[in-house]
Amino acid sequence: MIPALSLILMFQLVGEILSRALVLPLPGPVLGMIFLLIALSASERVRNVVRPVAQFILAHLSLLFVPAGVGIVAHLSDLQEHGFGLALALVVSTMAAIIAGAAAFVFVAKLIGSRADD
Amino acid sequence: MTDPFKLWSYLSSEPLLWLWATLLAYWLGDLIFRMTRRSPFANPVMIAVVLLGSVLLATHTPYERYFDGAQFVHFMLGPATVCLAVPLYDNLPKVKRALLPIAAGLIVGSTTAVVSVLAIAKAMGAGPILLASLAPKSVTAPVAIGISQQLGGEPSLTAVLVIITGMIGAIVVTPMLNLLGFRDWRARGLAVGVAAHGIGTARAFQVHETAGAFASIGMGMNAVLTAFLAPVILSLF
Repeated sequence: MIPALSLILMFQLVGEILSRALVLPLPGPVLGMIFLLIALSASERVRNVVRPVAQFILAHLSLLFVPAGVGIVAHLSDLQEHGFGLALALVVSTMAAIIAGAAAFVFVAKLIGSRADD
Repeated sequence: MTDPFKLWSYLSSEPLLWLWATLLAYWLGDLIFRMTRRSPFANPVMIAVVLLGSVLLATHTPYERYFDGAQFVHFMLGPATVCLAVPLYDNLPKVKRALLPIAAGLIVGSTTAVVSVLAIAKAMGAGPILLASLAPKSVTAPVAIGISQQLGGEPSLTAVLVIITGMIGAIVVTPMLNLLGFRDWRARGLAVGVAAHGIGTARAFQVHETAGAFASIGMGMNAVLTAFLAPVILSLF
């Protein structure tokens, strides 16, 4: 638990430092994720140490959205002001992105003969 | 006995009360989610947010006061983002076998998500802060909050928009792609992971194992791609 958390926080810390020092477009935690991915690929020891703790944290991922989500009470007037436009933008955009993404995948898969293996 | 107002002012100014309330509200939300056999309409985050929001409004507690307690939970979003490397690593062999289709679905889905939401919202009269908050709406919340902060958006508004996006994606994906005749589970999963992040991914796992694996790939890779794409696309609006 403690070694895993130390590693995870270390990758985040390095990510935050690099993101700020080099003014990168990637947030610190995303850089940390990339560094951890590299470390996981390189070392079985890192995999064994990090895996159970990472799985525990990710199993409760949705709890972590709650404090930020409650911020809606501070934005009720924004949401009411743009209610219809926001709803339209979110619904149409989400549907369009799903269809476009699936269509592009299928198109290229057919082009190169990549088959679903099930 | 102590004056109840004094007791309340002590409790409501200490982190303990709101940290506990956050865990309790989420626990209740998760119970309701399970009771409705994991209906996408009973999202535990949404239930917890509605419960806590109602309590804050009823007790005239400012959000900042609430956040003093809830920040301990909020803090874990950063480490949780780092942890997304683990499912990404586990799926690397599958990614390698379908590299080009994944890249195509990811780039087209991600670009469509950002461009379409900005175009519609701008046409409907959204201002710069709202546009910046909307741009990362398809990205998993911890990363979306970081991107929103960097773009000059409102992170807490982004979190709400991300959750609403996830719900929409999880509800529409199956009937919509059935109707359009998409049968490749890899394509269906990847597309919903890219467009509707973790909530879409959870939905994909309920429908098909392969779809779920590809949804987590789409979610993880879109977090990185949108962090690059969103600032560029936003600058065009």
